[in-house]
Amino acid sequence: MNEPDCNPNQETFVINLGPQHPATHGVLRVKLTMDGEYIVHAEPVLGYIHRMHEKMGENRTWAQFLPNTARLDYLGALSYNHGYVQVVERAAGIEVPERAEYIRVITVELNRIASHLLWYGAFVLDLGGFTPLLYAFDDREHVLDLLESVTGARLTFCYFRFGGVYNDIDEPFITGTRAFIKRLRSRLPDYHNLVTKNIIMIKRLKEVGPISAEMCRRYGATGPVLRGSGVCYDVRKNEPYSVYPELDFDIPVYSECDSMARYMVRMDEIDQCLRIIEQALDKLPDGPVMAEKAPKIIKPPVGDYYGAVEAARGTFGIRVVSDGTNTPYRMKLRSPTFSNLSLFGEASRGMLLADALALMGSLDLVIPEIDR
Amino acid sequence: MSMLCETLKEDFLALAPLALVDTDYKAKGYQLDITVAPAQVVEAATIMNRRGYTLEAVTGVDWLASAGPKPAKKAAPAEGEEEPVEAPGAPVAEQMEVVYDYTNTGQELCRVVVRCRIPRANPELPTVSGVFSGANWHERETHDFFGIRFLGHPDLSPLLLPEDADFHPLLKDFRV
Repeated sequence: MNEPDCNPNQETFVINLGPQHPATHGVLRVKLTMDGEYIVHAEPVLGYIHRMHEKMGENRTWAQFLPNTARLDYLGALSYNHGYVQVVERAAGIEVPERAEYIRVITVELNRIASHLLWYGAFVLDLGGFTPLLYAFDDREHVLDLLESVTGARLTFCYFRFGGVYNDIDEPFITGTRAFIKRLRSRLPDYHNLVTKNIIMIKRLKEVGPISAEMCRRYGATGPVLRGSGVCYDVRKNEPYSVYPELDFDIPVYSECDSMARYMVRMDEIDQCLRIIEQALDKLPDGPVMAEKAPKIIKPPVGDYYGAVEAARGTFGIRVVSDGTNTPYRMKLRSPTFSNLSLFGEASRGMLLADALALMGSLDLVIPEIDR
Repeated sequence: MSMLCETLKEDFLALAPLALVDTDYKAKGYQLDITVAPAQVVEAATIMNRRGYTLEAVTGVDWLASAGPKPAKKAAPAEGEEEPVEAPGAPVAEQMEVVYDYTNTGQELCRVVVRCRIPRANPELPTVSGVFSGANWHERETHDFFGIRFLGHPDLSPLLLPEDADFHPLLKDFRV
């Protein structure tokens, strides 16, 4: 905080960051009470793109809600597809063929890479570096092309079905993915040389924006934010689902708690995603991609069910309540960045505005997913 | 059942909840299903906090016309003179349910669901935002959607709805 004698009358002023500001990545508004360049109080104002997905969930059949799940986090939509089909499969007792689960993991991890690449470009752009964005988008384009060839969409995927996936992957996709893994592996050192070791970057991120593990726990922060605070928690490991237990990968954890730690977690995660995809391609079994006995009309037994997956930004939880009909009775979507952003007010107190923007960038916000 | 779940069960039995059920994780997605009285939600949160848990979400369910699926009922008194409605915490229609999803970020997995029923006509219960800071936004959101008032909450102004919103869209009698 500012020295008291610099501001003897404790005068503050209020400024609005957003709702249209390039650093807020969408329509987020933050009401900032400032003491000069220092933040006294930051209050995020949400709801600019609130669409009430949870009410929509109560007004359509289980299957009709599938496209909605892609419109929450449009950068990592397949994880949300996955979370939803998984909880409904749990409720309705549908077994998924192994090949379908492998395909799910491959595409979800590709999507995670695309999401992290976009974050990387946008984050460095927030800090004033333009060029890395072009590198990241160049690589991300390859992922989107691959996913488009198999899912038919580039962002708002609706690829998974209750009981499998709707389209099998083909040989061009597999060779293309292998080529992409090779390509990205050769590019990652460039990323690090260009950005990670850059002295300006280091000075902006190291020991700036501390978020302690305890603060994460109190606010329910998950994902790279939590893992940048030294907590090794990843739903894929802690609550294994799909075929993740059969794949060998590490969870990157950094205990520095600063913006740099959160940056490093995501960069290392890209590497781990490549490992997962490579193994999944090697192990990919033959067989059907849809369960033969998957019912066309889903009517899960009465009760409530919970499912969680590790999305690109943290734990995506989904609680469904079924009253035994073909329409959900209640659909609660627990989005990771909602919780991750809720700690911003406390974490940014007393910070320089420019540093707080770096902190906000390191949270990797996607506003449609917060507002739902 | 893991050690952590056993410890939590002991903690909660000391609190005398309305119901405490071990659930099948594979079928339901959580291990412990605990129903408490509205006055106990803060104590429940304190227990979870002491055990190093994190609050994943708070939400509501509107049981307008039915009592809802509630297999987890405590052994109901069999004698005929007592009305089933009188049994404390027994789910009936015209109620709202508030659901707290807890999980721990340690190595042991034990997901806990804490539920609480409140009358639909007067939906009020204490806030747990004093225990878990993250509950602040979750409770505000629940207030937006259901009109449930969290007593002692620092600011229940609309979070996701427009600032002048006077409706609660997730109520079952809210017309789309």
